[in-house]
Amino acid sequence: MMDNKVLAEPKSLVEIHNLGFSRGEHVIFDDISLSIPKGKVTAIMGPSGIGKTTLLKLMGGQLTPDVGQVIFDGIDVHQCRRDELFELRKRMSMLFQSGALFTDMNVFDNVAFALREHSGLPEMIIKRIVLMKLEAVGLRGAAKMMPNELSGGMQRRVALARAIALEPEMVMYDEPFAGQDPISMGVLVKLIRELSDALQLTSVVISHDVQEVLSIADYVYVMADKRVIAQGTPAELKASDIEQLKQFIGGEPDGPVPFHFPAEDYQKDLLG
Amino acid sequence: MLGNTSTVPYAGCKMSLLDKVADLGRSNIELIRGFGRAGLMLWGAIVRKPRAKDFSLFVKQLYVVGVQSAVLIFVSGLFIGMVLALQGYNILVGFGTEESLGPMVALSLLRELGPVVTALLFAGRAGSALTAEIGLMKSTEQLSSLEMMGIDPLRQIIAPRFWAGVVSLPLLALIFTAVGIYGGHIVGVEWKGIDSGSFWSILQASVEWRQDIVNCLIKSIVFAVVVTWIALYRGYQVIPNPEGISKATTQTVVQSSLAVLALDFLLTALMFGR
Repeated sequence: MMDNKVLAEPKSLVEIHNLGFSRGEHVIFDDISLSIPKGKVTAIMGPSGIGKTTLLKLMGGQLTPDVGQVIFDGIDVHQCRRDELFELRKRMSMLFQSGALFTDMNVFDNVAFALREHSGLPEMIIKRIVLMKLEAVGLRGAAKMMPNELSGGMQRRVALARAIALEPEMVMYDEPFAGQDPISMGVLVKLIRELSDALQLTSVVISHDVQEVLSIADYVYVMADKRVIAQGTPAELKASDIEQLKQFIGGEPDGPVPFHFPAEDYQKDLLG
Repeated sequence: MLGNTSTVPYAGCKMSLLDKVADLGRSNIELIRGFGRAGLMLWGAIVRKPRAKDFSLFVKQLYVVGVQSAVLIFVSGLFIGMVLALQGYNILVGFGTEESLGPMVALSLLRELGPVVTALLFAGRAGSALTAEIGLMKSTEQLSSLEMMGIDPLRQIIAPRFWAGVVSLPLLALIFTAVGIYGGHIVGVEWKGIDSGSFWSILQASVEWRQDIVNCLIKSIVFAVVVTWIALYRGYQVIPNPEGISKATTQTVVQSSLAVLALDFLLTALMFGR
């Protein structure tokens, strides 16, 4: 593993210590430890199906680990009571893979929703905040549209505006680039980086889109085989000689992660 | 060799019996867990200090769950009342007691058909819609999204729908009963020529406030709690994929209907079994 240069300077907002999690007999994480530095874009990459989204849900307290801790700004997330957890979640936000917009509300009401619930601000101020957030993602003109009238990329941008409406300290992005056309992907990459810088947000990006992630991340963790196999700055990872990492970054079909799912001998199977 | 072949099927038989016992135990444990989870969901949803915003959510759901079911209930009530009156008239006229058609229709509707048929129709119309709506909210991560915004989905989604169901079903049952009686009047008085004065006066003399109307309301409230609870729980616990949602909506209708019919017998035995 590489030296953790980024983490040495700023304080970490999230610390994950020796985390273990399984579903039934299937172990998802085995003794994972990582830190999310404050005000930086941290990416967590890895092949599909290794539990990246599960890790975000563990960080947000939606799932409980078998062992280990998730510490958010000095608070153990999984020791919180339900009401304390809901209070803590006002300081973090999540952009879901599907956007998860409320389908019975228009774009404006979706973005205004959390503000109306939590801020206690008058409607006039809420309106201005919502329009500013929508302007930031380039969709002020779509304020009156319903989610089903928007493209997938636009839905994600609205969801991003909603995620930053309460100005959280941390935004977690779950596969933000999945299924996007090149233009939408470029817009999302730009938005994530610019919003993080402008609002001093701590961003956690879960993705397997290597080039996009490496272009915006300050620090990257790569996961495989239930653990973190590498970490470092994008430049450090590109220069790495770890075989598993080279296969992942280069997108090679065969290597330490085999192309073939384990099976009996091919010849024996064919000839009975 | 023979010994070996004879022990293998025996061992298999023994294992399968053990497996069956284990399966039975597992399904019972799962059933009890299900009751526990459903209880915790309802407790988490309704045992809260109400907020001003909760009332507007409740009113919106009252419209969706109650008002939008009203046409179905109205039409069903009218036809069931008419059929009941026609069949009743054909029997009563043979004994020369067709004047008793009013109480026959009214008591049948108030004591049984009103609450039961309304609850069954409600389970099919509103219950399945509640399950599908919440199931889709879960599969599109809207419930997770609420949680991550620091908003409790039990309070925001489950509670208003539960109270809307509990309030609207008894009112729908009263509408069903009233319309059914009117349907009976159409057939008995307008068509078959029973004296209108006799129809209403014998009906009024036969129906008791406590025994008939209050019991009708009690039954409706019990059915409302059970049907709405099952519908919400099935939606909240859905496996978030198309097959899961389809299965959950079917389970809502089947389980609600069976629960209503079983509870109806229990309540009838308690109310009228003396």
